[in-house]
This record gives sequence, structure tokens and C-alpha cells, in this order.
Amino acid sequence: MSLSFLTRTRGRGRFDLADWLTWAYLVLALLLMFGPVLWVALSSFKTEAALQEYPPTFLPLAPQTVMVEGYDEPLQLFRVTAGEHEGKVLAQIRRIGLMSQMVDPADPAQKFQVNINDRVPEREFALATENYSVLFDRFNFGLYFWNSVFITVVATIITVLFNSMAAFALSKYKFRGRTLVFVLIVATLMIPPTVNLVPIYLVVSQIGLVNSPWGVIWPAVATPTGVFLLRQYMLTIPDDLLDAARMDHASEWKVYWRIVLPLSAPALAVLVIFSVMWRWNEFLWPLIVLNRSEQFTLQLALNSFQGDLQTSWAPLLGMTVLTLLPITIVFAVLQKYITTGIAQSGVK
Amino acid sequence: MLATVKTAPSWLVSAAFGLFERPMLALQKMTGAQRIAWVFLLPNLVIFSLFTFLPIALNGVYATTGSDRILLGERPFVGLDNFSSLLACQNYLQPNSCERDIFWRAVHNTGYFVVVQVGLMVLFSLLTALILNRNIPLRGFFRGVFFYPVLLSPVVVALIWKWILQRFGVLNAGLEGLGMPTVNWLVEADWAFFWIVFVSIWAHMGFYTLILLAGLQAIPADVYEAAEMDGASRWRVFSRITMPLLVPTMVVVVVLSLIRAVQAFDEIFVLTGGGPGSATLLLLQYIYETGFAFRPQLFGVAAAASMLMAAVLLVLTLIQLRAARSRAEG
Repeated sequence: MSLSFLTRTRGRGRFDLADWLTWAYLVLALLLMFGPVLWVALSSFKTEAALQEYPPTFLPLAPQTVMVEGYDEPLQLFRVTAGEHEGKVLAQIRRIGLMSQMVDPADPAQKFQVNINDRVPEREFALATENYSVLFDRFNFGLYFWNSVFITVVATIITVLFNSMAAFALSKYKFRGRTLVFVLIVATLMIPPTVNLVPIYLVVSQIGLVNSPWGVIWPAVATPTGVFLLRQYMLTIPDDLLDAARMDHASEWKVYWRIVLPLSAPALAVLVIFSVMWRWNEFLWPLIVLNRSEQFTLQLALNSFQGDLQTSWAPLLGMTVLTLLPITIVFAVLQKYITTGIAQSGVK
Repeated sequence: MLATVKTAPSWLVSAAFGLFERPMLALQKMTGAQRIAWVFLLPNLVIFSLFTFLPIALNGVYATTGSDRILLGERPFVGLDNFSSLLACQNYLQPNSCERDIFWRAVHNTGYFVVVQVGLMVLFSLLTALILNRNIPLRGFFRGVFFYPVLLSPVVVALIWKWILQRFGVLNAGLEGLGMPTVNWLVEADWAFFWIVFVSIWAHMGFYTLILLAGLQAIPADVYEAAEMDGASRWRVFSRITMPLLVPTMVVVVVLSLIRAVQAFDEIFVLTGGGPGSATLLLLQYIYETGFAFRPQLFGVAAAASMLMAAVLLVLTLIQLRAARSRAEG
């Protein structure tokens, strides 16, 4: 394979200073953007003991063990660093005070006495999965995951349905008050929910939705962004198509879901991506509405674990990785759609 | 959705929408074919009224009433007391001299955060967009590299950095390996502030880079070709062509990032909790804690503080709308 593309320049035929700086910047950025995530992923496969280690090892390592003839249990391997046996790799049979009784795995008949300060454990690359299994055994991860999935999926379905219905009405009908409604909806972009937390909480609590996933879902399903995005797109669908269907006695509802919705697929896709992103990552509002741990979303569960005085990093790291995994997979698959969708609509 | 429509069993979608067929037809017979539009609008309008319009109106009621009761009937009218207690200050530059010193601490921090964070954010997104706009191989991949953190949840972002920055974390290990002094990053006030700025830029830069990149790519290539024919230097091309043509996009980016920075909360709350002390406490966290986390819940003060924040946001949004309009008009 030719690697010449790496040194391709802007047709001037030489790799000049600007190119060097560009690549230095890009490589640095690659490390800075992916490095932290990679480090957390690697750390999540370390044992509790290895996480306490300082300075940390780059890869997750575990003590190497070996089966030696004549012993039932696997024995831990050490490299001797000083004394007469220096350089040998030996297996430890038992420890007696400051001395360690060791055996040569290649020649089990030979036994040695080594000071415990003169040996270091031999280690090998090993992925410890207990940080993940413990999430399911002790931390109710399944429940939090389900809560997050439920809120994300249900809210996205309702968001797409409600917003597309409103956008359909605002783009395909002429009625008195149409402009007013549209302006009112778009104007609410100016007042983000963060400035109305107290009264929104009142409404939610009066409907009885505190500590219910619906208290998280309902307040944000009518997004001005969604209505705006879909309306602009639907305006480009020719009305003749709709009239033709009406000639064939299609009801207005049928016109909406058989003709307009399928033709709006690209705009709907953008809204679905946004909605999933918003809902999966949502933090402040769930923090206010959901106070019981059995209702927690993944984000809330993560936050409550790290808030404990003694942050227990081992399960927390596993949970962090599992929380970022779905988004990472979606991103890897849909990268092009997401970036172009956001660049074109200018919203996030 | 494109993918979903194709993969989801279409009979399921058909059945779900078909369910509404009869009731909607009955409604259509009642309203007529034009006024059915209101039926389509109804779900949205109900949600908007309940969770947007009504709360906007009620916010003022909360801001002018006292006590820790959530029900409006149980709240005594206090006039502008909540505002005056927030604004009571001998010297606005010294939060300690104010009646609600924590609020002013938060205002100061937010102001400082907004200026520094937005400035650096725009600088780095512009630099990145300019680099990605060059004719480099793997451009799509690198665009993704910068954009990836944007999709991560704020809590995840905060935990990733907390793990790196902790006392015995990898950053300190690296510094120690290089023979440099280590720092307890999130415990020392100035460093904690540095890191909330750094982490929020790390998390959101990709979004603004993307917008600026789109702006750069909208500049017609023949303008550059003409400049090259005239033998213009790179700096001259940048300062005389790229920057002037990019100004409308820059305004959008600046205002959008300002609006976001004023409401910054999630990552910072998880990363530092506003600490050490109140060194990284920002306005929205103050509102959240005053109204919801602390007892007694001072809903009135929280509402008054959020109305002050709303005023700032309103001004910023109006600027944004103007900028967006001028961008649309080209």
C-alpha cells in the first residue's frame, strides 16, 4: 500500500512548515480528544488493586501465575532483582515473614529462599472484567440502563410525532393565526427551560409526575427547534402531491403520514439524532425531578456514585464506559449524517 | 429515521398510524379540511402551554412571593424583596459585601468564565476549522475526532477528566515522571477554574468547529484563485478574504457560545461541585441549589435569580437572531 497520501501537499510538491504545523496540531488533537476516553476505557479493565497503584501502568496488568508440578494451586511468578539468584524468574510457594520460599518452574526440585524486597511480581496483560460484572450484581446497572433507554426512546417517538404534526399544520394549511402560532413557538427559543425551573417543577408536581420518568419526558417533547426544522423542510414538499392524494379521497391524517412524513425523512432523521442525544445526556432536569434511586437514569446514577465521599472508582469507571458506549457506536456508524446534520441546521 | 424507517417493521409503523385513522377522520368531518390544522397543532400547543408559556408567566409570580412552599396559594406576596435582597450590595466588585454573597460570587465566576471560555473557545474552534479546511487527507476522520466529545454526556465528560485529574491520577504521574511538581488540580481554586474552562472547551469545541468549517467552505473557491493569481501572501489572503467573509459565521458562533456559557452547569457541577469553596460555582448551579438542593427551598430567590439570567440571555438571543438573519441574507 502506498503511503504517499500522508505527504500529499497542496500541489506545491514540498512539505512545508505549514504542513508540519498542521500535522503536529492534528496528532496532538488526536491524543487530546481520544486519549482521555481511551485511558478511562483501559483503566476500567484494571482490578481494584491495580487502580490504587501510583504511578499507574499504561495497560491493565495482572500478576502472572504458573502451574508447577507437585502443587495443586497456580503459583505467582516473581523476577528476582538482587542476591545470588538475580535475574531468575521463580514461582513463590509460600511467604514466611520477610523471606519467600520459591521454586524454579522449570526444575521443581530446586527450592530457593529469597528476601521479599529482592523480588518483583511478573505481570502480564489481562483484562479484569469484575468492574463490569459488579455493576450488574450489586449496582443495579440494568435498571438505570433501562430507565435511560425508556426515557430516550419514548421521548424521541413522542417528540418526532408531535413536532411533525405541528410542522405539518404550520406548513401545509392556511388558517387564521398561523403566523402567530409559529412566531410564538419559535420565540420560546429565547427562553430556555433553565430559566423557568421553579414553575416547570410546580406544573410537573401538580400533575403528579415527580419521581416518574414521565416528569422527565413530557416537559421537553415540544421542542421549538424540532418544529422549526421540520416546518422548513416540509415547505419544500410540493402541495400538488397532497392535492392529488386528496382527489383520491385520502383523509388529512393519511396525507400526513403516508405522504408528508416519508418525504420528510432526512429532516426527521436529524431530529431523531438530536432527540436521542438530548435525552440520553440530559442531566439537570432529571436531577430535579427524579429523587428516588430506582428512577435514576444512567447520568444520575453516575453522578450519585461519584458524589459519595469515598469515590469508588472501580465500578464507576466500568459504568462510565458502558454509558459512553452506545453514543460511541452510534457516532461511529452515523458520523457523516450527524456532522452534516448539525452543520446545516446549526443547532445542538 | 431513514435507517429506522427501513429497519423497523413497516407493518408496525402502519398499524400505529392507522390506529388514528378513524378518530382523525371523524374529527375532520366535524372541523372541515382546513381547520383540522388545529387538531394537528393541539398536542404541541398543550405541551407548550403547560411547560413553556404557563411557567414563563408563573416565574414572575414566584419571584415576587416568599416562603418555601411550592403551591402559589400558600406563598405570601413580598413585592420586589427577592430582587432587592439579591441586589443588596455595598460594592458589586466584592461579593463579600453583598447580602447574598454566594449569588454574587456566582455572578462573578460566571462573568469571568463566560469571557475566558468563549474567547478561548472561538480561538481554538477557528484554528481547528482553518486546519480542517486545508486539503489534508483523512479530513472526515479528523472532523470526527474533534466532534466526538460533543456527543458524550456531560457527566461522562466530567468523570473522564476527574479520573485523570485526581490527586493520584495519570496527569500527576506523568508530571512526576518528568520531574515536575504535582498539583492537586481540583482542590486548588485557580487550577480548578482553569480545568472547568479547559474541560468545557474540550467537550464543546467540535460543535463550533463544525459551524465555522461550514462557513469556510461556503466561501467561493474563485475568490482564492483570484488572490493566488495576484500573488497574495497567505497572511494577506487570510486577513483580507477569509476573515471578512467569515465574520457573519463568527458572530453566530460567538453568540451561541455566550448563551451556552451563561447557562453552563452539567460538567462543572459533576467535576468540581462548584468547589473548592465556591471557586467554580456558576449562576445556574446557584439557582439549582437555592431552589431545589438546599433546605429551605427558596423558590422565590431562585426564580428572581433566573429572571436576571433570562434578561441576559434575551439580549444575547436577540443579537443572535439579527446575526442569523444577516448570515441568511449573505
